[in-house]
Amino acid sequence: MPKMNMIQAINLALHEEMEKDETVLVMGQDVGVNGGVFRATEGLSVKFGKERAIDTPLAESGIIGSAIGMAIAGLKPVAEIQFSGFSYLTLGQLEGNAARMRTRSRGQFTCPLVMRMPYGGGVRALEHHSESKETYWAHTAGLKVVIPSSPRNARALLTAAIRDPDPVIFMEPKHSYRAFKEEVPEKKETMEIGKAEIVREGSDLTLVSWGAMFHLTKKVVDQIQSERKVSIELIDLLTISPMDSATINASVRKTGRCVIVQEAQKTLGPASEIIARINDEVLMYLEAPVKRVSGYDVVMPYFGREKMYLPTMERIRRAIEETLEF
Amino acid sequence: MYSEEVLKKLYADMILVRLSEESLVEPILSGDVKCPVHLYSGQEAVAAGIGAVLNEKDSAFGTHRSHGHYLVKGGSVKEMIAEIHGKSTGCSKGRGGSMHLYAPDKGFLGAAPIVAGTISLAVGAGMASSIRKDGTVAVSFFGDGAVGEGVLYESLNLAALRKLPVIFVCENNLYSTHLHISEIRPNDEIYKIAEPFGITSFRVDGNDVLEVYEAAEKAVEQCRNNNGPVFIETLTYRMRGHVGPDDNIQGTHTDIRPAAEVEDWRQKDPIERLKKYLLENGVADVEELDLIEREIQQEINEAYVFTNDSQLPPKSELEKYVFSK
Repeated sequence: MPKMNMIQAINLALHEEMEKDETVLVMGQDVGVNGGVFRATEGLSVKFGKERAIDTPLAESGIIGSAIGMAIAGLKPVAEIQFSGFSYLTLGQLEGNAARMRTRSRGQFTCPLVMRMPYGGGVRALEHHSESKETYWAHTAGLKVVIPSSPRNARALLTAAIRDPDPVIFMEPKHSYRAFKEEVPEKKETMEIGKAEIVREGSDLTLVSWGAMFHLTKKVVDQIQSERKVSIELIDLLTISPMDSATINASVRKTGRCVIVQEAQKTLGPASEIIARINDEVLMYLEAPVKRVSGYDVVMPYFGREKMYLPTMERIRRAIEETLEF
Repeated sequence: MYSEEVLKKLYADMILVRLSEESLVEPILSGDVKCPVHLYSGQEAVAAGIGAVLNEKDSAFGTHRSHGHYLVKGGSVKEMIAEIHGKSTGCSKGRGGSMHLYAPDKGFLGAAPIVAGTISLAVGAGMASSIRKDGTVAVSFFGDGAVGEGVLYESLNLAALRKLPVIFVCENNLYSTHLHISEIRPNDEIYKIAEPFGITSFRVDGNDVLEVYEAAEKAVEQCRNNNGPVFIETLTYRMRGHVGPDDNIQGTHTDIRPAAEVEDWRQKDPIERLKKYLLENGVADVEELDLIEREIQQEINEAYVFTNDSQLPPKSELEKYVFSK
């Protein structure tokens, strides 16, 4: 199995799906001739031509609006927004059209498009280029929100997203784009959207995270487990919406303790919903209050102070220890 | 110079739209229809003239005021009336309502009320056509109010850049909700906004169905020959309020248009004008036109029977259609 980083894995998924299905195409700013600012669409223009690797003007609302038109006309556009911070201009199109096309037409129309975009901090940028606003999209019924954490699951989930009959917001943790390589099977692979993955089983505490935070969290867990005898169940959420609370709640029912680590702002981040669903179904199994480690309710700081915002290994460790010792 | 068939179709289409719209006045006032409804009476020549040059494979996208677009594109009148009443037999099974009409098998790919909200969707359908090289044309209907929205300019740019087969039809009825165009634009020549993009653009009398039809023929020919998009501004006027028969929201009256202006436009009624043309040129006689009208009225009456016999969507379906499964 070849080893590749997340960008290469995303590029692989795009090549594979465009090869398999001629209705699949990519569109966005610089995605064609240039190959994308992060190189995710490299080589697609040469291989599939300008009609399927479409360079568009800088016009986020127009790009997503056109993608919706193409999707309801039977194509499968994968639109790239250069940074997730630019996607706020697409909210009108996604909330106003894509998300509700199926409901509004009672299933006569679907809108099978993917909006891919790099998100998240840790790359020493600035506010729009560093934010984690998955809640915006998850709050919209009719949109699926997927966040991979590794090259292998990025390839499998993007493949699933392209094949999905509903609109999918595919948020790529850009801090993980080139952070590490892993083996990606040569054979095509997909993962089910809407399913969290239990990456490591455990019995004393459930740890839920996603995106770039998942790796930081895993590091802390490795560290703690090398120091003391404790069994932590590690869950990679992978899909923010629809949320797989069945997997999380089954785990919490078993462990009685839960910590959630998110890069998003604290208020109304996905952790809030995870906690609410734990309360709904497994409150009586809890041995300790559920803790969340998150960003703060501020505009993402400029790069010099970025680390003040992001969850750190120390904050995660403290939350785990306090929950274990409660 | 126009075939008898075309002329009679234009007349019948306009009558269908007018009678459908006027049939809704009473249900709106009585409260049978509670959701806001934006009537198209007065603007029929635009929908009919454009619709007459399209086929079922061509797509059209509309706005909050799109009953006319849906009907001329071939949408079923009984499914429209049922939809407006929220019945499960409606064209969107009672989920969409007046402002979300769909007839995919006829190429009406949807209306949505967000101003300028479907313009870029038409551009997307035009892109799909140009990628597939299937010769279809996409039509975007929007009003003068949409000219203030940024996405229109994004759409014009993209359509011009890629020479897409898109017809932008701006129905300038002089008022965006209740504001006169002079209050919202520094000039009133909307068609000129497309010129800097190199888009063929012109203005026509939107109450003269033959003028609209001729413009539409030229536009659709240009699109089918892959010579890029066309922008048509149609000057017209709505004979009813912005919303409801007379802007009577919760008992208020907000149609503040000058009575003389309304009367002036009433004299330019597009249906009366075509009727006069048909009679003067011996295309049809009064009896024949009356028959067309009676038959359409009968069809609309049946639509209400169908609607009354239909049920609201079942409660069990609340969560259905959010996702495929």
